[in-house]
Amino acid sequence: MNAPLYLRLIPLLPLCGFLVNGLLGRRLPKWLVTTVALLAPLAAFGVVLNAARAYFGAGMALPYVETCPFPWISVTGLHVDFSFVLDQLSLVMLLVVTGVGFLIHVYSVGYMAEDEGYARYFSYLNLFLFFMTVLVLAGNALLMFVGWEGVGLASYLLIGFYFQKDSAANAGKKAFIVNRIGDFGFLIGMFLLIATFGTLSFAEIAAKLATSPAWQGGVLTTIALCLLLGATGKSAQLPLYIWLPDAMEGPTPVSALIHAATMVTAGVYMIARTHVLFDHAPFALGVVAIIGAATALFAATIGLAQNDIKRVLAYSTISQLGYMFLGCGVAAYSAAIFHLMTHAFFKALLFLAAGSVIHGLGGEQDLRKMGGLWKKLPVTFAVTTVGVIAIAGIYPFAGFFSKDAILYAAFVQGPGGRALWFVGLVTALLTSIYMFRLWYMAFLGKPRTEGVHAHESPWSMLGPLVILALLSIGGGWVGIERFSEYLKPATGTLHLESSIPHLELILSAVAVLVALLGWLVAHILYSAKTAIPAKIAGAVPPIYKLVANKYYVDEIYGALIVKPLLGISRYVLGWVVDGAILGGLAWLLAGIANFSGAILQKWQSGNLRSYAAWLAAGAAVLLVFVFIPWDFAGALFHILLKVAGH
Amino acid sequence: MNSFLNQQVPLSWFLLLSATLFVLGIVGFLIKRNLITVFMSIELMLNAVNLSFVTFACQWHAVKGQIFVFFVMMVAAAEAAVGLAIIIAIFRVRATLAVDRIDLMKL
Repeated sequence: MNAPLYLRLIPLLPLCGFLVNGLLGRRLPKWLVTTVALLAPLAAFGVVLNAARAYFGAGMALPYVETCPFPWISVTGLHVDFSFVLDQLSLVMLLVVTGVGFLIHVYSVGYMAEDEGYARYFSYLNLFLFFMTVLVLAGNALLMFVGWEGVGLASYLLIGFYFQKDSAANAGKKAFIVNRIGDFGFLIGMFLLIATFGTLSFAEIAAKLATSPAWQGGVLTTIALCLLLGATGKSAQLPLYIWLPDAMEGPTPVSALIHAATMVTAGVYMIARTHVLFDHAPFALGVVAIIGAATALFAATIGLAQNDIKRVLAYSTISQLGYMFLGCGVAAYSAAIFHLMTHAFFKALLFLAAGSVIHGLGGEQDLRKMGGLWKKLPVTFAVTTVGVIAIAGIYPFAGFFSKDAILYAAFVQGPGGRALWFVGLVTALLTSIYMFRLWYMAFLGKPRTEGVHAHESPWSMLGPLVILALLSIGGGWVGIERFSEYLKPATGTLHLESSIPHLELILSAVAVLVALLGWLVAHILYSAKTAIPAKIAGAVPPIYKLVANKYYVDEIYGALIVKPLLGISRYVLGWVVDGAILGGLAWLLAGIANFSGAILQKWQSGNLRSYAAWLAAGAAVLLVFVFIPWDFAGALFHILLKVAGH
Repeated sequence: MNSFLNQQVPLSWFLLLSATLFVLGIVGFLIKRNLITVFMSIELMLNAVNLSFVTFACQWHAVKGQIFVFFVMMVAAAEAAVGLAIIIAIFRVRATLAVDRIDLMKL
């Protein structure tokens, strides 16, 4: 028998941190706030490490289930427990969430040191970790939904952290509302799961589907598409990606933790978690793949023309999430999770490095006002270089292995898969171009920082950066074969057979060449001959404007959905329903009360004797009422009615 | 005593006396202007009720009615103390005891 793992501590410790800092943080000294805020994720990470040791070291059997003795919901036909499940999938996810989460907490100590809302910031960050670990550990869809909504809340709170700024408050609202659309899909999917399977437990659903392997499509496709809608909302895929770029209004470590490394990957995790459903719904899988590929390409093109360093990274995140969806869509779940892991490393690194740059420049985010920073921020420059090479997918950095695995898995899926592979390859080229563009514009060339004294960040910020840089280099060395072998019990076998010899090697070589080509293009455009980009933009102004303005998607959504909704709310619901109908009704009722009050008021003369008289009269009436022979009166009334009737 | 009551004076006489006293109390309460007279009328009504209580207590050989009378007397004593205090307070402020003019509660 294995020693208990105390999985419940993983979410509960950050929750304690949230409660302490959230309730008392403003009164506690700063060092205590820091200690509490850092200890909670560190201890949670320790529990996860202990679980990992039990699995890898002691060979404990997974999945390991921990269920709360009290049932949560128990009605006819549905039983839901608070149950935490540790399997290979949730273990790797937990390592990423608590590990990277802890590093970003450490980084935040330096980054937020001067901020007034120091305790508030850390309490939100701990709250996020609580919900995220609940989401990851959840053994059923409902508990996952609790975490799902919770991370949405934490995301909202942290995007709108600088709530005095209108744009930040609006970005928070936008993220929350757009996610609501996805959550609607998740909810409908859960209702359909209850109706179809009578349970929300992932294990039971998988067991039921395993007994009927021929069952495909139909309601399963509907469920899968509903869940996919939820995933596109949370993971910022087409058509619901619009909230993520605006989410960059939050503090930079938040962008790194929530909007790059962990929360936005929840959609990918959810698809991997419910992969048996998607395996039985090939159509839905195809939709996942197409959405992923389309998002990857679409976001990468926008990323080419952004000048805000964080926005470039935001579009890059959307694009990389598209890769993960593409991986899920070709049933290469382990490859998608692999990319999720490496992406968490190098994207957190890139965001934190961007944060270090912004910190060093006193809040400047515009790439056009940077340049030549490598001399002033040497450590940041070094780690950014690692991150850029990793995301571009150049051997032997982490991004190469995972991106290559997804592209390879897509290629072996037949002609449709080859098309997806091609889109992925083009995206890889664009990724390489815009990442090296960022690199050249920010760190190389002539300094364009006028009047700003750039300074390197403190070591509390650089330490996590260095660790993440090491992970970005070595995070992929485990290789997709061993990784998918490890994930096999949780996400199924990865089929990567191909008739073409040395195909994997050829594809890898092509991918690396494309990445190097991207570097070359970026070098020519943004380092060697810097006049060319403006010329290109000048030669095809409509296309450049289209891309620079993000294809006007926000404007289109605004015109098609937001404006009509606002119109309906303001005029139909606001004026007609609220103003005329409800307001009128309220006025009518108030008028009736007012009128009858005015009449009855006359009765209240204030004269004691008149009150006494009414009292006596009332008593007299009661007496008469008691003494009336009612049988006789009733008969009399009856006769009167008959007489009147004739 | 009971037999004496039952034989010599019929029940209805007691009740009639009680009703008469009660009506006198009501009328006094309604038509008198002086607050003290009004107050005395209330006492009269209470005692009229007390009378019917003891009457029925004798009639049915039940002690409950007599106990009730003690309750009423006790409450009446307390009420008299409070009521007279209020009357004195009103007189001090308004220099009148005419019920018609004590209408502070009117809007």
